[in-house]
Amino acid sequence: MQKIYIFWLRQIKKYFRSKSRIIGSLGQPILFLLALGYGFGSVFQQAGEGNYLNFLAPGIIAMSIIFTAIFSGIEVIWDRQFGFLKETLAAPVSRLQIMIGRTLGGATVATFQGILVLFISLLFGLELSSFSFIIPAILVMFLIALLFTAIGTLIASLLEDMQGFQLIMNFLVMPLFFLSGALYPLDNLPNFLTIITKINPLSYGVDALRILLTDNGHFSLSLDILVLSVFTACLLFLGSFFFKRIQV
Amino acid sequence: MIKVKNLSKKFKNFVAVDNISFEVPAGEIFAFLGPNGAGKSTTIKMLTTLLKPSDGEMTINNIDPVKDPKETRRSFGIVFQDPSLDEDLTAWENINFHGVLYGVPKKVRKERGEQLLKLVELWDRRKSLVKKFSGGMKRRLEIARGLLHHPKVLFLDEPTLGLDPQTRNLMWSYLKELNKSEKTTIFFSTHYMDEAERIADRIAIIDQGKIITIGSAEELKKQTSTESLEEAFLKLTGKKIRDEEANNVDRMRKFNRR
Ligand SMILES: Nc1ncnc2c1ncn2[C@@H]1O[C@H](COP(=O)(O)OP(=O)(O)OP(=O)(O)O)[C@@H](O)[C@H]1O
Ligand SMILES: [Mg+2]
Repeated sequence: MQKIYIFWLRQIKKYFRSKSRIIGSLGQPILFLLALGYGFGSVFQQAGEGNYLNFLAPGIIAMSIIFTAIFSGIEVIWDRQFGFLKETLAAPVSRLQIMIGRTLGGATVATFQGILVLFISLLFGLELSSFSFIIPAILVMFLIALLFTAIGTLIASLLEDMQGFQLIMNFLVMPLFFLSGALYPLDNLPNFLTIITKINPLSYGVDALRILLTDNGHFSLSLDILVLSVFTACLLFLGSFFFKRIQV
Repeated sequence: MIKVKNLSKKFKNFVAVDNISFEVPAGEIFAFLGPNGAGKSTTIKMLTTLLKPSDGEMTINNIDPVKDPKETRRSFGIVFQDPSLDEDLTAWENINFHGVLYGVPKKVRKERGEQLLKLVELWDRRKSLVKKFSGGMKRRLEIARGLLHHPKVLFLDEPTLGLDPQTRNLMWSYLKELNKSEKTTIFFSTHYMDEAERIADRIAIIDQGKIITIGSAEELKKQTSTESLEEAFLKLTGKKIRDEEANNVDRMRKFNRR
């Protein structure tokens, strides 16, 4: 238990020490809220879909979570390159404990980032349907964070170095984000897009946040949570399977 | 304590460790002496569960690292040849992290951590981030960290690389003391003849993945009828480990550490 905790603590310390990383990763969400939130606002309203900023904010919160989470998972590659991974892999700790500690740490950090973006969205004019749902919303954020940290760890276990990083950003993270319900409503999409958005776990994460924050969902909250939980469980399992096979 | 039989490691078609066998009894100080690329680190990585062997058998403390890696990891400590610190943590955090991983009780972590950081003269810098350290300071921290828990077997992969002579001496006297007081088995690799001769009870000379011979420095000299270990080594392997070569590695390591 203490061993899992120390891995968690390490992620937290590293995160809060890199102020530039925290501030840097707020730039993108702010840009999206400004450019898209205000830019598309009137078109959205005219189409009878209501306030776009309210619609967009949960998607942007989810975006900042998945970027931070996947990046935290991928940090395993840094640890391998800087050699610290060896130190942990030769120690009497099970790989599962290492994986759990790291994943919880990464997910905590990503959730924190999501909360920051939630506050920024409030400053930009996000109207919550009810403040009492903030806590459940944060729990959903944590679930999303857990899922994507596990994906990051899984990828990192398969890659030797950071060279594949760009590939992952362009062929995994960006598509996951753009092909979810983060930016546009999921009704009346072309068929192929409907299919893709339905198999994208992020769609369900965004939807759950949207239901809890602005009471405006596409699926139902219970379906969202179910899908997220099943995906998370599978990826944690897969992630630990591949993590166990790492040799240095 | 360590038993190795017909151990081999192939990377694709390249044989890095070629059918080696040896035994190290409990409480012995054993040296792996060999030039660059001899297969020293690869052997140590297999023994310490970080690499899977291609062939052969081994046990540490009667446990098989392949079959029961977790139990094996309880028996040994290791100081790696390559950098292995978390540079975004402070010196003390690195020490403490290690202590927790190895289940060292909090009180011992504190006391021994302080003693060791003082030994390597880093106590005053314990709150600095490791990335602000020089190459030699990082190496000293790694050594201190490696000695924090007292395992049955300690693997040291070229531990003195990049260390100044004073710290080398301090480190070896600490290790000799540990070897005496706790019967710790010590397995180290080195390029340095004098180190192998001065410290080790027995020396294995390894070259191109093969163990050429094993024995005490005296025995090796007698066997080759030479005056010094250096000449014995030359006679056995047909080459010299030049100082120049060792220095190059020192430089490479420092370069890596930036
Ligand atoms: N992961 C790897 N993939 C391919 N070849 C490798 C790998 N690791 C080591 N080798 C090769 O195996 C050989 C033995 O390497 P090893 O690191 O064990 O040597 P060493 O005796 O520790 O040398 P040094 O004194 O330079 O540390 C080298 O030729 C090296 O190139
Ligand atoms: Mg080596």
